[in-house]
Amino acid sequence: MIREPLIFEISDEGKRAYALPKLDIPEKKDVLQDVRTRKDIEGFPQVSEIEIVRHFTRLSQTNFCIDIGFYPLGSCTMKYNPKINEKIASFPGFSHSHPFSPEELVQGNLEILKTTEELLSEITGMDAFTLQPSAGAQGELVGMMLIRAYLEEKGDPRKIVLIPDSAHGTNPSSAHLSGYRVQEIKSNEQGTVDVEDLVRAMNDDVAALMITNPNTLGIFESDIKKICAIVHEKSGFVYMDGANMNALLGECRPGDMDVDVIHLNLHKTFSTPHGGGGPGSGPVGVKKVLDPYLPIPVIERRKDSSLYFNLDRPKSIGRVQSFYGNFLVVVKALAYILSLGPNGLKEVAEIAVLNANYLRKSLEGEYHLKYKTPTLHECVFSDKFQKEHGVQNIDIAKRLIDFGVHPPTMSFPLIVHGALMIEPTETESKKDLDLFIEAMKRISKEAQENPEVLKEAPHTSYMRRLDETKAARESVLRWRPEEKEAPQNKE
Amino acid sequence: MSYISLSDRDKKEMLARLGLSSMKELFTSIPDSIKLNRDLNIPDSKTESELVSHFKDIADRNMDQNYLSFLGAGAYPHVIPSVVDYLASRGEFVSPYTPYQPEVSQGTLQIIFEFQTLLCQLTGMDIANASLYDGASGAAEAVLMAHRLKRKSKVLLAGLIHPQYKEVIHTYTRNLGIRIEEVGFSSDGFVNDADLQKKIDAETSVVITQSPNFVGVIEDLESISKTAHANGALSAVVISEPVSLGLLDSPGNLGADIVTGEAQSFGIPQSFGGPFLGFMACSKEFIRQFPGRIAGETVDVEGKRGFVLTLSTREQHIRRERATSNICTNQALCALRATIFLETIGKEGIRELAWHNVQKANYALEECVKISGIEKKFSGAFFNEFVLEFGKPVEDVNIYLKEQGITGGLDLEKFYPELKNCVLFCVTEIHSKENIDRLVRTLKEALNS
Repeated sequence: MIREPLIFEISDEGKRAYALPKLDIPEKKDVLQDVRTRKDIEGFPQVSEIEIVRHFTRLSQTNFCIDIGFYPLGSCTMKYNPKINEKIASFPGFSHSHPFSPEELVQGNLEILKTTEELLSEITGMDAFTLQPSAGAQGELVGMMLIRAYLEEKGDPRKIVLIPDSAHGTNPSSAHLSGYRVQEIKSNEQGTVDVEDLVRAMNDDVAALMITNPNTLGIFESDIKKICAIVHEKSGFVYMDGANMNALLGECRPGDMDVDVIHLNLHKTFSTPHGGGGPGSGPVGVKKVLDPYLPIPVIERRKDSSLYFNLDRPKSIGRVQSFYGNFLVVVKALAYILSLGPNGLKEVAEIAVLNANYLRKSLEGEYHLKYKTPTLHECVFSDKFQKEHGVQNIDIAKRLIDFGVHPPTMSFPLIVHGALMIEPTETESKKDLDLFIEAMKRISKEAQENPEVLKEAPHTSYMRRLDETKAARESVLRWRPEEKEAPQNKE
Repeated sequence: MSYISLSDRDKKEMLARLGLSSMKELFTSIPDSIKLNRDLNIPDSKTESELVSHFKDIADRNMDQNYLSFLGAGAYPHVIPSVVDYLASRGEFVSPYTPYQPEVSQGTLQIIFEFQTLLCQLTGMDIANASLYDGASGAAEAVLMAHRLKRKSKVLLAGLIHPQYKEVIHTYTRNLGIRIEEVGFSSDGFVNDADLQKKIDAETSVVITQSPNFVGVIEDLESISKTAHANGALSAVVISEPVSLGLLDSPGNLGADIVTGEAQSFGIPQSFGGPFLGFMACSKEFIRQFPGRIAGETVDVEGKRGFVLTLSTREQHIRRERATSNICTNQALCALRATIFLETIGKEGIRELAWHNVQKANYALEECVKISGIEKKFSGAFFNEFVLEFGKPVEDVNIYLKEQGITGGLDLEKFYPELKNCVLFCVTEIHSKENIDRLVRTLKEALNS
C-alpha cells in the first residue's frame, strides 16, 4: 500500500483545487482601515483536486470501520449505521437551515426536535427530555447540574456524588465539573453495586448516585429499585448513565426503575455513526421534578399547534451549547426509531443480548471470566489464562487485527485486570460471530504455543505496533516546515 | 425496517447453544416488577421509501430554504467544495470509533494531525486539539483552562462575545467558584478600554475577547492582550468566524495565550445549529492543562512514521475526576470536513475567500447606508457582519422583508436591550451583487413605507 505523506509534504506553490468566482462588485482596497492583516500563511497547503481526492481516499483505506468488519468495542455499541439516515439528514431542508431563522419558517425542524423528545420519553419512561448535549459526557454534566440546581433551591447543594468503581471515567469527571466530590462505591462479588456499601455511604451530604445500568460488565443491576429507594430515602437523586440502553429497549424502562435522570447516547443506542470520534448526541431525560431546570430553550406547543422555543424558564441551568444541540444527529436518530418501530426496537435488545451471550458461552473456558453473573449486551473477559504464557490483553487485541476484527475495549472496567470487553451488537451475523470466536480460540492456542506471534502483532496491518511512549515524550503535535523552527509563533 | 442479520435458523441454533427456548429467558436478570410487558407506544415501523416521504414532508415545512438570507451571528453560509461531501461520506471515515487502536486508524489519526497543524497555522499558536463540541463550549473550556492555570477567582468577558457563548460560559462555571464580570463596549463597537482597565486586577485569571466580535467589528487584540499580561492575566480569544483568519493577523501574533472558537465556516453546513466544530489552540507551555484529544507523531516497530492519540493522562478515561475536561466523544467527522475544506481551498484560496467576505459585506453596508432611515451603528472596521440602525423597529422591517422573500438580519435588541432598532447583517462570498442589491432595494421600500 502507498504510504500517504502529510498534505503539507506534497504541497507546492501556486497549485489550486478550488476557485471563487471573480468579485462582481467594485473592489475597495482600504476597507479594513488600519487593521493588521497577515501575509500568506506559511506552509498552508497548495494542491490540486485530484491530489486532495487521492490523499483522503488513501488515508481512508488505512482505517478499519463498521462498514468493513466486526467491531466488538465494549460499551461503544458499534452497530451498523443505516445509510438512509445519512441521506435524510442531508436533505437541504434540514442541512441548509439557519439556526436563527424565524421560528415560523422552521416548523419542520422544531417538529423533529419535539417528536424525538416525546419518543425518547416513551422509550425510557421519563417525563421530559433535552436534546441539547452534544455527547454523553455533556449529558452527564447537564444531569448533575439539574440535580444541583434543584438541591440548591432547597437550600443545600450537598457535597458528594457516589459512583461505582466500575463506572466510565466521564462520570467522576462530570460530577467534579458540577462542583461535587466523588466517592467510590465498591462492586460486590457478583459485579454489581454493593448495597451494603451504598447504605453506609448514603447520607445527607450525598447529592446523587451515578449508576450505569446494565453496568459496564454487562450485568443488570437487579437491585435497582432498592438502590433508588436507599438514595431517595435521604432525598438524594439517582442518575443513570444510559450508555448501555441498547440492552433494554422495549424490555424495561429506566423511568420505571425510579431513576430520576438519564442520558442516552444517540451515537450508540440509536445508530448514528461515530464518525471516528463524533459528533454524537447525549440527550438527557428527567422526571417531572427536574423539568423546570432543563437547559433553555425548551420547545413548546402553542394553542394553534405551532411550535416555539421557550426561553422564559427562570429556573433553567442555562445553555450548554449554542443553538439546539447536534440537530442533524437527532434527525438520524429519529429516522432510526421510526424505521424500527416498537417491535424493531425490542428486537434490537433481544438480538444484542443473544449475540453477546452466544459469544460469552462460546469463549467461556478459553478466556477467564471474572464475574459469572448473567450478562446482557456485553461481557468482560480477561487475559488471566493467557498471562501464564506472558501474553497480555493488548497482545490478544492486536492479534485480532490480523484476523480482520477490530480489538475489543481493553483495560476497562478498572475492576477487571487485563479486561477484554466485548459487545457484538444486534446487527452482526452468526457467520461473523463464528469467525470472531474461531479467531479468539486460535489466539488462545497461539498464546500457549507461540506467544511471540501475539506480542509482535499485528502483522498484516498498514502500521505495526506504534510507540506511544515516544509520542508522549517528544510531543510532536503538528507539522512544521523543515527549514525554519517555529516560523510564525510568538516565542 | 430491521437491520438484524440473524436468520430464524440462526436464532434457534444460538438459543439452543445457550440452553434456552425463548428470547424472554435472556432477560431473567431483570426483575418482573420493572419489566415493561407491553409494546412501546411509538409509531409502527417504516420502510425506506415511507421514511423518505415522511421526512421530505417535514423538511418541506422548513420554508426558510426558499428565502434569501442574511443571517450569520455564529452560523455562516459559505461555499462548500463538492469534494468535501464526496470524501467525508466515505464509510471508512463515517463508521469507525475514536482511533484508540492506531494500527487500524491511521487515516483518522493523520487527518487529526493535519487538522491540528492547520488550526495552529491559522491561529498562530503552537498546539491545537482534535476538536471540542462547538464554539460556545470551547469558550467555556478556555475559561476553565485559564482558571486552572492561574487559580484566581475572576474572569473578564468582553461584552460583545456571542451571547450564547456567554450563557454557556456562565453555565459551565456556575458551580466552580468562578466570578464572571463583563467588560462593556465602546460606541464604535470595540471592547471599552477604560472599562477593561477599571475592572482588571490581580485577581483576574483571564480576559476573554471575541474577534471579529458579535457585531462584526475586528477587535484590537494586541492592546487587550497587553493589558491582560500587564495584570498577570491570560488573554483568550474566541473566533466564531474563522474565515477571517485568512486575512487578519493571527491571534497568536497579537499576544493571545489561548485561541478557541467555532469552525463551522470550514465546510460544515448550517445544519440548524449543529453538529458544528469547536476548536482550541494554545501556547505549548500550557499543554498540561489543555482539554480534549490530541494526536501526535511517532513510529511503529519497523520505524515507519505513524500517529497516535497522545498525552491522554490529561483525559477523563485515565485521570477521572482530575481530568482537564470531561469531554470524550468530540466532533471528529466535522473536523475531517474542515480539514478537507481547508486543504482544498488552500493558501491562496483562504486569503481570497476572506477578502471576498470583507468586500461584499462592505459593499452591502455602503449601499444600505445610502438609504434614508438607515445608519451605520459602529464605526470600527468589520469583517463580514455589520450593524445597521433603523429609523423604525427591526421587527416591522423584517416582516416586510419576509413578505418579499428575504430573511433579514438578526434583531439585536433581544440580546442587547441598549441596541434598540439595531440589526446584524451577514454578507459572505455566497451573496451575489444581485442578492445584495435586492436586499438594498427591499430595505429602501421597507424603511420608506
